[in-house]
Amino acid sequence: MPKRQAKVVQASAHAICADAVEFRWPGKHGFGLSVRHLAIERGEHVLLLGPSGSGKSTLLSLICGIVSPARGSIEVLGRSLPDMGSHARDRFRAEHFGIIFQMFNLLPYASALDTVLLPLSFAPDRQARASKERPARDEAERVLSALGIDVPLATREIAANLSVGQQQRVAAARALIGGPEIIVADEPTSALDSESQRRFLDLLFRQVEDAGATLLMVSHDERLSARFGRAAHLQDVVAMARERSA
Amino acid sequence: MILQRLAFLSLRNRWLTALLTVFAVAISVALFLGVEKIRHGARTSFADTISGTDLIVGARTGNIQLLLYAVFRIGNATNNITWQSYQDIAKRGEVAWIVPLSLGDSHRGFRVMGTDRSYFEHYKFRGGQSLRFSAGKPFEDLFDTVVGADVARQLGYHVGDRIVVSHGLGIISQGEHADRPFRVSGILEKTGTPVDRTVHVSLAAIEAIHIDWRQGAKVKGLAPPVETLRKLKLTPKAVTAALVGVKSKLSTFRLQRFINEYPQEPLLAIFPGVALQELWGLVGTAEQALVVVSAMVVVAALLGLATMILSTLNERRREMAILRSVGASPRTVVGLLMTEAGLLTVCGVLSGVALLYLGLYVARPLLDAQYGIYLPITLPSDRELATLVVIVLASLGIALLPALRAYRMSLADGMAVRA
Repeated sequence: MPKRQAKVVQASAHAICADAVEFRWPGKHGFGLSVRHLAIERGEHVLLLGPSGSGKSTLLSLICGIVSPARGSIEVLGRSLPDMGSHARDRFRAEHFGIIFQMFNLLPYASALDTVLLPLSFAPDRQARASKERPARDEAERVLSALGIDVPLATREIAANLSVGQQQRVAAARALIGGPEIIVADEPTSALDSESQRRFLDLLFRQVEDAGATLLMVSHDERLSARFGRAAHLQDVVAMARERSA
Repeated sequence: MILQRLAFLSLRNRWLTALLTVFAVAISVALFLGVEKIRHGARTSFADTISGTDLIVGARTGNIQLLLYAVFRIGNATNNITWQSYQDIAKRGEVAWIVPLSLGDSHRGFRVMGTDRSYFEHYKFRGGQSLRFSAGKPFEDLFDTVVGADVARQLGYHVGDRIVVSHGLGIISQGEHADRPFRVSGILEKTGTPVDRTVHVSLAAIEAIHIDWRQGAKVKGLAPPVETLRKLKLTPKAVTAALVGVKSKLSTFRLQRFINEYPQEPLLAIFPGVALQELWGLVGTAEQALVVVSAMVVVAALLGLATMILSTLNERRREMAILRSVGASPRTVVGLLMTEAGLLTVCGVLSGVALLYLGLYVARPLLDAQYGIYLPITLPSDRELATLVVIVLASLGIALLPALRAYRMSLADGMAVRA
């Protein structure tokens, strides 16, 4: 077993554990966010429900280590994110997180295949995992195929030029390649009609379960709750502060 | 590798803006290097024009003026040297050789220069190279002429062709020596010096064609037949200048002093190298101004590059957020922008060099024909390569400005773009 995995397993049973977290965006009127307690176990599928502007993206930025809290603890796979340097956090995110965005967030100039391969460029361990059985490019093609994307199309077309449904699946493939332990999804189905939504979630859950990954999704759509092992309202987890206190 | 690939794909996505930026850098680089090439070419061309001559002697005037009319055929002499003075100098013990130059006539826009056959032996250019004939031989007959390479090429002359010399130098001819045509006896190889644009005749021929001229006008009835002229001993009364080689370099100053203090008439002897330095000192300020202006054009192009990157930053915030979400550090974002700037500049520099050589290829014959500046097409010198490296490094320095702004943005935006 690789050294990195052994270290993570020994450290904690939680995939994500945040306690008494305080964060405020820089700037005079930057809003702040407090996380009282959030714990997600490994392999758990959790839905956080909250309307637009309720701090979902900020919470995800904290959990993914893109920003660092002013106070409190955030442990991911047993590692304390605030204790890491920024470079280590970036590397950690690249290695262990797959992120799917509401607007898919595809680079406007990369093909679907390049888009899927992109996270591996910043994560050598994930790259090694992805290319354990076959070359990384073949693995990317396999993941895309599994998500119903035609490989020649993925090679040829700029991802951002594909249909909405195809873009969503490319974004999912980018998150899933290399088997990251945690998949974070930020309203990934909000742009899809209900049938496309169902099909996409079927695909996503199948892939996440196959990989044994933890899934954290945020959405405003309460109807999705039934598909998750646990659903919680964001306001039960976080408190927002719009203005900087004097 | 990922940075280079991302930068390339990103630039390809904004190909028109990128292309215009590359073009601006290319133009500025071509201009800068072009100015340097012409500056260096002109300097080399001038410096290479004369070699192995220790003194240039003429009537008393300015050093630069003597150099210009005697060597570069630019401007006119204020006075001549009498033949007696010339002989006195030639007889000096220090003198190894002396070549007379007699200017004043022209042929279809080219200067006609009277001299003797020793000119073809002693005149040296570009580090001591001698004149060589591409066809024919030096003048033997009184009415033989040896033409420079450009004269032959532009006027289509071949050995044996007949040409007529005009009196005077102006655009408006003061009359032609049509009754005494010359025969082209030789054509010189290209030298890249004013020799290429000169029609050489013997001193005796200069005397012969002016034998019936008095005070700038032809006097009818004075012209003897050509055959009679051939039999006459035509000794010149004066020459315009003389090129002198000394036996020992140590004696050069003594000879110069003798000439400059020559009691019979006011003469001037100059060192060609010193006069060339004076000439460059004179044009040095304009030359430096030209270099500064072209350098400013490069700076403007690099600022344009930075502006281009800076102006697209806002619309690229989502792109940076995406990169951050997949694990790119803010330093990677900085690296991406720097790589883009580097790629644009390298493409601009390479295109600029290509543009320069294309320009040189086109302009070289024109510069040579119009100004006598011979620009050899050679690989970029170490100095030019160093300049290009400095331009690329400067672009990276300037690109730091938008890159650091992008760094701050990516820190502030997190995973979502925050307006």
